[in-house]
Amino acid sequence: MAYVAVKGGERAIDAAHAWREAARRGDPAVPALSTAQIAGQLGRAVERVMAEASLHDPVLAALAIRQAEGDLIEAAFLLRAFRTTLPRFGAALPLETGRMAVRRRVSAIFKDVPGGQILGPTTDYTHRLLDFTLLDDAPPPAAPRASDPVEAMPRVAELLAAEGLLRPEPASEVTPFDLTREALAHPAPRDARLQGLARGDEGFLLGMGYSTQRGYGGSHPFAGEIRMGAVSVELVPDELGFPIDIGEVVLTECQMVNQFHGGKTEPACFTAGYGLAFGQADRRAMAMALLDRAMQAEELGEAVTAPAQNPEFVLAHADNIEATGFVEHLKLPHYVDFQSEAEAVRRLRAAALAKAAE
Amino acid sequence: MRGYNFAYLDEQTKRMIRRAILKAVAIPGHQVPFGGREMPLPYGWGTGGIQVTAAILGPQDVLKVIDQGADDTTNAVSIRRFFARVAGIATTTRTTEASVIQTRHRIPETKLRADQILVYQVPQPEPLYRLEPSRVAARRLHALAEYGAMHVRLYEDIARLGAVAISYDYPVLVNRRYITSPSPIPAFDNPKLHRMAALQLFGAGREKRIYAIPPYTEVRSLDFEDHPFRPHRADGACALCGARDSYLDEVLTDDRGGRMFVCSDTDYCAGRAA
Amino acid sequence: MSTPPLLRAEGLCLSYGALAALDQVGLALWPGEVLAVVGESGSGKTSLLDVLSGRRTPDAGTVLYQDESGATREVHAMAAPLLRRLHRSDWGFVHQDPRESLRMEISAGGNIGERLMESGRRHYGAIRATAAHWLAEVEIDPARIDEPPRRFSGGMRQRLQIARALVTHPRLLFMDEPTGGLDVSVQARILDLLRRLVARHRIAAVLVTHDLGVARLLAQRIAVMRAGRVVETGLTDQVLDDPLHPYSQLLVSAVLRV
Repeated sequence: MAYVAVKGGERAIDAAHAWREAARRGDPAVPALSTAQIAGQLGRAVERVMAEASLHDPVLAALAIRQAEGDLIEAAFLLRAFRTTLPRFGAALPLETGRMAVRRRVSAIFKDVPGGQILGPTTDYTHRLLDFTLLDDAPPPAAPRASDPVEAMPRVAELLAAEGLLRPEPASEVTPFDLTREALAHPAPRDARLQGLARGDEGFLLGMGYSTQRGYGGSHPFAGEIRMGAVSVELVPDELGFPIDIGEVVLTECQMVNQFHGGKTEPACFTAGYGLAFGQADRRAMAMALLDRAMQAEELGEAVTAPAQNPEFVLAHADNIEATGFVEHLKLPHYVDFQSEAEAVRRLRAAALAKAAE
Repeated sequence: MRGYNFAYLDEQTKRMIRRAILKAVAIPGHQVPFGGREMPLPYGWGTGGIQVTAAILGPQDVLKVIDQGADDTTNAVSIRRFFARVAGIATTTRTTEASVIQTRHRIPETKLRADQILVYQVPQPEPLYRLEPSRVAARRLHALAEYGAMHVRLYEDIARLGAVAISYDYPVLVNRRYITSPSPIPAFDNPKLHRMAALQLFGAGREKRIYAIPPYTEVRSLDFEDHPFRPHRADGACALCGARDSYLDEVLTDDRGGRMFVCSDTDYCAGRAA
Repeated sequence: MSTPPLLRAEGLCLSYGALAALDQVGLALWPGEVLAVVGESGSGKTSLLDVLSGRRTPDAGTVLYQDESGATREVHAMAAPLLRRLHRSDWGFVHQDPRESLRMEISAGGNIGERLMESGRRHYGAIRATAAHWLAEVEIDPARIDEPPRRFSGGMRQRLQIARALVTHPRLLFMDEPTGGLDVSVQARILDLLRRLVARHRIAAVLVTHDLGVARLLAQRIAVMRAGRVVETGLTDQVLDDPLHPYSQLLVSAVLRV
């Protein structure tokens, strides 16, 4: 009988977990994946999980991906739940992306820029043909090495700013908002917004960013610069009092240059949208930059008409861990409320039928 | 549990949550933002209630967890095991034995005492969200006690259907000031909110809000003088214990319209049947 | 005049950047009196309405309101809850676009009833009866009480908005081009209705319009605005028949030429 079936929750949960473990491993005749393989060969997945979990740790991200059977949202959730238990030693100094060891750097707004255009390890101009040689694990062709050392590469946004063409971002010494420790309040300042975007779901960022290009809050974007490479992370330990290098992270940074702004009181200038993501993540950084710019609409005195321009809407719905939890919670039992609703419908129906019979 | 603090959260986080709880108790029904943490359970599955429970639990506490009124529903089992594991505290299914009861969607039938705390899991703390999806705007409406629109919703139900059609998560006015969501409990449970001896704490993890109803606080379900609030239950008796005063779950027994009713509160039912 | 004014504004200034929307504007409104503020678009009359009703804070100047208890309140110094309370009951607002105050998906009865419920009324039957009464007052068939304004014509929506504004018996009504955008025949009916209701209930009103015909029909007094300043005030007939200020003369002759 159905009523008995909901009893024994403990045994059901244990059995479900055991089945799950067995299913995760797959066919035991096939060698198990190592986290080194995942970290080394599924780099884009690892980077996405690190971004959405707000934790840079390729090994743990690989572990999470393996444990989640490749479900990247689940993997980000695992990593985030771990992150929240970690103690804090301190905060790094702001990263200096101008001193990035650049592997890739493109600007769509100049034919050439100081430091040059560098394609890097991109798939941009590959033909999207399935490569069947990968089935046989053929070794890749040798990649040529550049002969000349890369010269200094100022950020394109700084070149524009030097001419006054880009709206200046006022410098601030205020300690940035911390989305992982404080509840987001609206209207959210830009530091909080950028944090929300940085850990937002890539698909959501992409879809919302895309919507701005289709007339829902557009701002005439140009890809001013996309650069990818390793950046040093520096920390000032209390006991030393000067910065030390504690390692490096690979980042993609995107500076969008958008429609100009200004009028009688302020000379015309371009406005900027900013995106930053772990690893090689053009799509993520670009979508983030589009949204960062769209969400400045109110501050810039533009009409706020589209969802992408509404920070409360974007930030409340960008977090895929919150979203997946709430969407999926619908499968939890709701029978008490449904019973109440069903009784109400029956009562209203009976009243209406009785009235009709009069 | 090895590697984790008592009741999972670190003490700094617990203090932050306790501060939010104290503020919530001081302003009954008002939603207090808190820096909700990622929990190892999904959002929407009780992370708010779990954080509140984790912040108030002491080693001597006895915890009961119910979902849909039952101790043996899978999510209740999961949360109870979580605390047994990370806090090593005693758990119970008996309402009278518990010092802290975490619940989803029900208030126990057994009257709670002043030495007990009821912690609700709340999916959506903002009672006005259907009328005003912007939380900035909703917060302003609360500040000004501008609640006409909520009554319009009740008015429209009566005009259209002859009665208020809200059957769960029925909005209440707490301490004559704040319109508050009682969480998705059936409207049948609303009268129990009023002047309850136990402290009632509400935790919304995803929305990062905590609110409270202190002991013996006035809680009124919104209504009209000529259409007073009426709690409803299925008209019948529990097939197991014969109760006619408890909230009943409907169980389909076959595909030919066969059904039976049983108490949703499993402890209440077991206590009567024994 | 011995009775104090209901609403008195002094030295109101408001600018948007370099543009002065209000420049040292002062006026007074006595109980039961309708004052029309006329001028071209951009003359500052809507800004004036927003400032008088406390919806916008002026850069300088004061607005004083004598409340029901006889106490004089400075509108822009009031706490937000008190100001909202005035807006919910003692004041009414009639917008050019009824969608600004009506809920299009809620029944006509709910739209009128909301103001009563906001003021604390909790008897469904009484709220509904009052709503039906006010529908009849604005010449809408009370049988349509459960229909949403979405299904109403433009003129009906405007009349519903008026019923919603008047149901709490406000002492002061703010009207912003209340017949703008409506057909001439519909306009006439609404003006007639407004004139009757305002007179019968002795409601004071500030009416903003660019239409001197509307002003002549509804208002006892007129203030002519130009570029943020009040250039002439006086009795309606006096200003319209014998304007003193050159700009008023221009405005009046422009209408007469049409």
